Amino acid sequence: MKPKRQSRLSIETPEGVVFSYELATPVSRSLAWIVDAVAISAASYILGELCQTLNLLNRDWANAVSVVLYFAISVLYGILLEWRWRGQTIGKRLLGLRVVDVHGLRLQLPQIALRNLLRLVDALPAFYLVGGLACQFSRCAQRLGDLAANTIVAREPKPETPDLEQIAPAKYNSLLAHPHLAARLRSLVTPEATAIAIRAVTQRDGYDPSARVALFRDLAAHFRSLVEFPEDSLEGLTDEQYVRSVLRVIYGSPGEANNSPQRRDRE
Amino acid sequence: MIIDLPRFVAAERAYWDELQALVARLETEPEWRLPLAEIERLHYLYERCSADLARLDTFSTEPTLRAFLESLVARAYTEIHETRAPIKVHWKAAVLAFPRAFRRHGAAFRLSLGATLVGCVFGWFAIRADSRAKAVLMPFPHLLTSPAERVAEEESRKADRLRGQKASFSAELMTHNIRVTIFTLALGMTWGAGTLVMLFYNGVILGAVAADYVYAGYGTFLTGWLLPHGSIEIPAILLGGQAGFVLAGALIGWGSGAARSARLRAVAPDLFAIIAGAAGLLVWAGTVEAFISQYHQPVVPYALKIAFGACELIALTAFLGWAGRE
Repeated sequence: MKPKRQSRLSIETPEGVVFSYELATPVSRSLAWIVDAVAISAASYILGELCQTLNLLNRDWANAVSVVLYFAISVLYGILLEWRWRGQTIGKRLLGLRVVDVHGLRLQLPQIALRNLLRLVDALPAFYLVGGLACQFSRCAQRLGDLAANTIVAREPKPETPDLEQIAPAKYNSLLAHPHLAARLRSLVTPEATAIAIRAVTQRDGYDPSARVALFRDLAAHFRSLVEFPEDSLEGLTDEQYVRSVLRVIYGSPGEANNSPQRRDRE
Repeated sequence: MIIDLPRFVAAERAYWDELQALVARLETEPEWRLPLAEIERLHYLYERCSADLARLDTFSTEPTLRAFLESLVARAYTEIHETRAPIKVHWKAAVLAFPRAFRRHGAAFRLSLGATLVGCVFGWFAIRADSRAKAVLMPFPHLLTSPAERVAEEESRKADRLRGQKASFSAELMTHNIRVTIFTLALGMTWGAGTLVMLFYNGVILGAVAADYVYAGYGTFLTGWLLPHGSIEIPAILLGGQAGFVLAGALIGWGSGAARSARLRAVAPDLFAIIAGAAGLLVWAGTVEAFISQYHQPVVPYALKIAFGACELIALTAFLGWAGRE
């Protein structure tokens, strides 16, 4: 029976914390391989040309060095780069991929060597057909070399931190005047909807005006469908302002309800 | 309860940055040994960031931040849960890892040898039964002529036929044989079937060539021709087969209660040591084949070539059998 393909590999640490790797798709792996093949060809060509200069001294030895260097580059390229760059080759770097251990441990040289040496079988009969089929049928998209070496190829997340001030600056928020409704909204909203809203807010200037209006209208409608705030709280709020207010509700602490006009008046 | 994300980030950011810097240094300097205080600090930062990640897990939150923390915890986990020492090349240990790995998997080597010997017997009897099968069994043009013609040609040769191409011939032999050996290992992923076929086929060629020359009365020529390089080259291919069977054994897992990934993890260092050792042997064999094996009597006496090959075989047997024994 064909095992169910996963898009992520989750690892639970002894502390009970779960982190996961997003598995690379066959397309991104193929593109990385093409880049690597070009790099190997370029390096072989350059070294071949350099070896030709040895022809002046001895043609036989120049040919021998050229043959050995080509072989060494084709076999050792992946091994040395993945060892030195902790699971990355030039192609994987460009495509944002990395070879990682299936248990999250540090990659060992024998693992790296094994997964690269087994390319000879994965590449059969041509264009990595065996490896590609193995990827299709394995749960974690592993080719035979990855299965033998206990490795996976994962997408490397770019370590970015969010620009929280863009999401929702700390201004007066009429929704926070209703703490019980705000709490209800927090409990009902999904991470996916939040992520879409954040993307919409942070990238708002990149949209066409009409598309932006439609996007915020849809988002506002979605959030309104979750919790109905009193009309007076929404008076004068555009859809975009409403979405920003919702995000502030989601990310703000319940104590922010004290940031109401009445309290400020008292102060 | 929903956390106040800006305040949370502001409070924890310093710890994340500190952990990130520490992990980055550990990644770029694998030889760096942390003092005890730094180890404790690393552990504290890792636990703190893990806790932060766990807190974020329970809330509807910004996905980029989660991905950032996940990546940081994953990298720190990799460094903290690494029990083996960072790789440092100790040449003596690296060289001795090869015979030790070889001895640990004696049964796989015997299987490799057995498959080749069965192939040899098959090739021997196939040639004896039908001499016209040479064209099929020996895919090398220089072996298709009769042994008598070849020996006469080789022994009467005045000029050095490899003059000006010995080094490149040697390089071709080395790279081809190393590729074949790696392929024999890699075929272990076919549960050993591919490795078995490869070894059997090699044995068939060897047996057929041996039968052809021995029955023609040129056994000495054959021994003198093959032994100098074959005493190293053939065992190296057998080692590739041994590695293939070890890989297949770990894949199949007969008699082992461990998970497949644990079995494969356990044999990976031995596979690497065996295949690296075999590659080293094949560099030597390629050199000998190009520079010594192709020269026959009267240029190099057969007795000398055979003695040289026998010495190599004894040295290899001694190295694999006894080097690094404790």
